[in-house]
Amino acid sequence: MLNQKITVKNPSGLHMRPAGIFVKEVGRFKSEVMIYFKGNEYNAKSMLNLLSAAIKCGDEIELRINGTDEEECMKSVVAAIESGLGE
Amino acid sequence: MELKGLGVSDGIGIGKAVVLENEEFDTSKYEVDSNEEKIRLSNAVDTLLKTLEEKAEQASGEQAEILGSHVNMLQDPILMSDIVKLIKNENCNSEYASAAVFDQYIQIFLSSGDELLELRASDLKDIKNNLLATLLGKPLMDVSRLPAGTILVAEELTTSIAAGINPENISAIVTMMGGKTSHMAIIARSIGIPAVVGISIEQIENGTSMIADGSHGILHLNPSEAQIKEYKEKQDVLEQNKLALEKFRGMKSITPDDREIELCANIGLELDIDLAVKSDAEGVGLFRTEFLYMNRNFAPGEEEQFSAYKKAAVAFKEGSVIIRTLDIGGDKEIPYMELEKEENPFLGWRAIRYCLDKNEIFLTQIRAILRASAFGSIKIMIPMISTVTEIKRTKKLIQQVKAELTKENIAFNKEIPVGIMVETPAAAILADQFAKEVDFFSIGTNDLTQYTMAVDRGNKKVADLYSTYNPAVLRLIYHTAQAAEKNGIMCGVCGESAADPLLIKFLIGSGINELSMSGVSILKAREIVRSSSYLELKEKVKENVEQLQDVEDAVVFLQTL
Repeated sequence: MLNQKITVKNPSGLHMRPAGIFVKEVGRFKSEVMIYFKGNEYNAKSMLNLLSAAIKCGDEIELRINGTDEEECMKSVVAAIESGLGE
Repeated sequence: MELKGLGVSDGIGIGKAVVLENEEFDTSKYEVDSNEEKIRLSNAVDTLLKTLEEKAEQASGEQAEILGSHVNMLQDPILMSDIVKLIKNENCNSEYASAAVFDQYIQIFLSSGDELLELRASDLKDIKNNLLATLLGKPLMDVSRLPAGTILVAEELTTSIAAGINPENISAIVTMMGGKTSHMAIIARSIGIPAVVGISIEQIENGTSMIADGSHGILHLNPSEAQIKEYKEKQDVLEQNKLALEKFRGMKSITPDDREIELCANIGLELDIDLAVKSDAEGVGLFRTEFLYMNRNFAPGEEEQFSAYKKAAVAFKEGSVIIRTLDIGGDKEIPYMELEKEENPFLGWRAIRYCLDKNEIFLTQIRAILRASAFGSIKIMIPMISTVTEIKRTKKLIQQVKAELTKENIAFNKEIPVGIMVETPAAAILADQFAKEVDFFSIGTNDLTQYTMAVDRGNKKVADLYSTYNPAVLRLIYHTAQAAEKNGIMCGVCGESAADPLLIKFLIGSGINELSMSGVSILKAREIVRSSSYLELKEKVKENVEQLQDVEDAVVFLQTL
């Protein structure tokens, strides 16, 4: 189980297209990926769940990844968010 | 009868109404065997997915993208698992379960208070209805086979329907809901059919003859023969004009006597970049960077900015991309900038004044611009300059950043051109001195007009005074362009006047060598450039610009050019 806090930096936040890219990235891994934001838990593999979190640019989220490929997954996910999710 | 709404996609459509009803599906609950039901649900989802994927393949551009995102949403793990859970727990039918789960999400999105999420709520409604239709064995609404000359009328045009529109049979779209940024409007614009929203559609019956004017937001029901004729003529003229301008695509923007004028696009969002390229612009004369700073909780970092600037640089490798540094002030709400409420935000602590005081934000922007300069032809432009000291200080800061990047071995254009927006009367009046300190000018005619005529263009009582045709403004433009020429630097115009057919010849005659405008105006501007004799215009402008007394004289003069 790995934890990491990260700030979302792309202009639209986790909306439609960037959310879609994020979900695709997360979907490549076997591990379970959860996002903790404002006291709620969201399944990062679900675009709907993610969209309903309404995460904006500048918001800090906590990633919790658990599974056999959790290290690689965490690395990839963090890299994807830092690179701005295609924006 | 005439109905007034909001035009969200230009053009004129003439035809007969086909009213799309909101289908109501029976979602009442009844008992089932949950295992069989799960299979039935899964089959329906697969069928729907196949249909959507097929449609997506046949479509292109915006339409394809939107259908693609629907496919993604339908495959969402939580959505499906929630529905299946409900079926298992209550041994209920898929229609009831799907509606319940979808509605839950739709509610969350609608009550989020977030504009984008609210728009997505209608996407979810759309997918829900398609799924219900598939479960109940009903055909999905298909508008691709409607007769030619159809005007689609609906309370709200769902995304999947909009994504299936064939411009060959749909002449226009009329809805009650929606706005300039809804999917329907974006699609309508991308495929070039007129659209009007905000219309109370109850008054429209199937088969009603109509004329939709998407440019003005007007709908005529049961128009007279005369009206139809009038609009058909307008349609023809619009078509002809568009076609006629197309022949200028790819041609050089050069006068018959060999004076080259660079025609560039103004952009304000990353997604404008593609449109600008499509519009046949030769470069970007104004890249407004404010969008990077708005609607967020902290300033954009270097990486984020760098990627936006680099994208523009790469898209316009041939021409140049002029990036204007941060131009925001107290009129906007930007928490992290620590702006104060000002009595006169347009005369206040904004743009370069703010940037010189709050170095950090400015330096980050300069770093990002310099790094992007390694990938194309980028120029830096400073807004709202009113003293030579300001530009000298700015240049020192740029030097500082250059030294940093050099130490870190990061590539950038060491000779990056630095210019100013000439929008304050001070900059225009002292243009000859400024010309010694910078590599180019770009005249911001909108603000220059406001400041010179001392008029707030938003104030209805005095809005008449706001006109770039005022001789005072024309003189300042002329004087600025001449000062640039004498000092061997480029002078462009990036305000609305750059696209004004009445002003283009005056600008060329004044010595302006670059015009930057909204992409849609590029071809028209090129037509004018290619039919202007520079030397003749130069003489005429020189003789007359100082003889004009009033807007009326000016307009008469401009018309003779």
